[in-house]
Amino acid sequence: MNRLLATASPRALAALAGLFVVLLVAPAFLSGYLIAVMIVILSLAYVGQAWNIMLGFAGQLSIGHALYFGLGAYIAAAGYVKFGLSPWIGLIGGVVAAAIAGAFIGALGFRFRIGGVYFALLTIAFAECTRILFDHIAWLGGSAGLFLPVASRDTNDLWTLRGAPVMFYYVWLVLTAGLFVLCRALLASRLGFYWLAIREDEEAARAVGIDSFRYKMFAVMLSAALTSVAGVIHAFYFNNLFPETTFSVGRSIELLLGPIIGGVGTLFGPILGAFVLTSLSESMTVLAEHIQLGSKAVDGIKQVFYGLIVILIVLFQRRGLWPWLSRLLGFGR
Amino acid sequence: MPFEVFLNQTASGLLTGLVYGLSALGLSVIFGVVRIVNFAHGEMMVVAMYIALLLFQWLGLEPLLAVVPVAAILFLVGYGLQAGIINRLIDVPDTMQFLLLAAVGIVLTAGCMVIFGPDARNVTLPYSYDSVEVGALLIDKPRLLAGAAALIISALLFLFFRFTRTGKQIRACADNIAGARVVGLNVKRLYAISFGIGSMCIGAAGSIILMLVDVHPYLAGQYTLLAFVIVIVGGMGSHAGALLGGVLIGVSEALAGLLLQPSLKTVFSYAILILVLLFRPQGLLGRRA
Repeated sequence: MNRLLATASPRALAALAGLFVVLLVAPAFLSGYLIAVMIVILSLAYVGQAWNIMLGFAGQLSIGHALYFGLGAYIAAAGYVKFGLSPWIGLIGGVVAAAIAGAFIGALGFRFRIGGVYFALLTIAFAECTRILFDHIAWLGGSAGLFLPVASRDTNDLWTLRGAPVMFYYVWLVLTAGLFVLCRALLASRLGFYWLAIREDEEAARAVGIDSFRYKMFAVMLSAALTSVAGVIHAFYFNNLFPETTFSVGRSIELLLGPIIGGVGTLFGPILGAFVLTSLSESMTVLAEHIQLGSKAVDGIKQVFYGLIVILIVLFQRRGLWPWLSRLLGFGR
Repeated sequence: MPFEVFLNQTASGLLTGLVYGLSALGLSVIFGVVRIVNFAHGEMMVVAMYIALLLFQWLGLEPLLAVVPVAAILFLVGYGLQAGIINRLIDVPDTMQFLLLAAVGIVLTAGCMVIFGPDARNVTLPYSYDSVEVGALLIDKPRLLAGAAALIISALLFLFFRFTRTGKQIRACADNIAGARVVGLNVKRLYAISFGIGSMCIGAAGSIILMLVDVHPYLAGQYTLLAFVIVIVGGMGSHAGALLGGVLIGVSEALAGLLLQPSLKTVFSYAILILVLLFRPQGLLGRRA
């Protein structure tokens, strides 16, 4: 614990504690709409953080994280719909399945020395294959989708994850905060230093005796397992799953935009990125509705601006927003 | 199943594959020289298809003839993109370049969505439903023309890279960037030209493929992934590899559609991709990095 706190500036710690308290009491003051937005932000922050373990810590680019997300979502949902199992039991299955899938892809890629862009495309290939596979599993609804019974939102049942959005808000808050602390601990650990060494120069890391295959495998499996947890909560919040969206490349890209915009490899980048991108997207929607365009055009124009702003961020903040903001606020590195 | 059906299907897959190959050539040229994976590939192709569609609707220009103006427009787009934006980002991490092109893709798809809406549109030609007998084979006429056009354009491109001065300079950049700088080549200009030529291939392929498929904004993702698969199977940066990969994937898609369900055809392509990545990671015709 000491080591965890030692490297952070007091100012940063105070700000972090303040932020957590604000998030803790926020639902009392937020409208239903804003709570829904906050749920999106927290969930993207969580998956972004999980994804960041692979690229930001261990230097391996994955554009197929929808695979792990979808496995968690489908396994927990199927357990609940078909056997009445609690999502928390299904979660164990999802986590195990995702870790195995991650281990399989990682082992293939790393054993055969497939790196960089090629590895990223391998991850896409597996995610896409899985999407098409699930399209053909009739037992899980196939392409027509899998639906969870919509329960009343008056009572909150944490065990079956049936309840009001506020319950999901707190579930996401706990997960996001927990993962933040875990990542901080990982970075301060021996494993974290191994990862950074591999990320910066794999040959050099191997030369000093780091078993790079083994630690890259840890990173993929951990990242996959953590991502599948997000899939479970997502499934029980939205109550419907389609292979087309759950496993899509679009989802993989959606979940990695945040950490890249926020700053790859930083702890606060994924959280900042999720906040910036979601508020951007939501304000575009509000703005587009305000000028009263046709509904089809609204979505398109929103996307155009969204893309343009991402381009601007890449052009002017090449290392992401967090390193810049952190310096601005005087938090040091 | 009669053997002719099988043979016809193979031939039609091969012809479609040539068009896929031309499109993938665009990705391969850009990666081979600029070292950037063009994540906006499919989006650019869809834009090219829409331009060809407009030329047909407004001027009655057939897609086969529209190849020239569409390719020229896409050349300018690609040249501008590299000269205006990407040349500034040569030394940033790969992920940022990826993000930039993905964002360009988002803008293009959304732009098509706003302008054209989500409906599929197509071009009907007088010979759209004609077929040609070639020996024992019966082949759709548009498909035959499309394959031939793709083959001719690819051949011209090979000649360009082999024999022209600019072509040789571009190959020098791809081979050894430091060496190219030492002998005084203007690398940034050559990068822009290469991105332009790569985009030109995409433009030509987009215009040609409009004879075979209906265009809608969401084709983009599918075409991006298809080109990735082809280029990796053939060998990143290898021009002949892109064509070979295209034909291989085209035939495998056609046969998968025949032997299994058409909806499973992409699984076949991905299976080939995974096998190639495992056993010949540099691609069928690629050189070891």
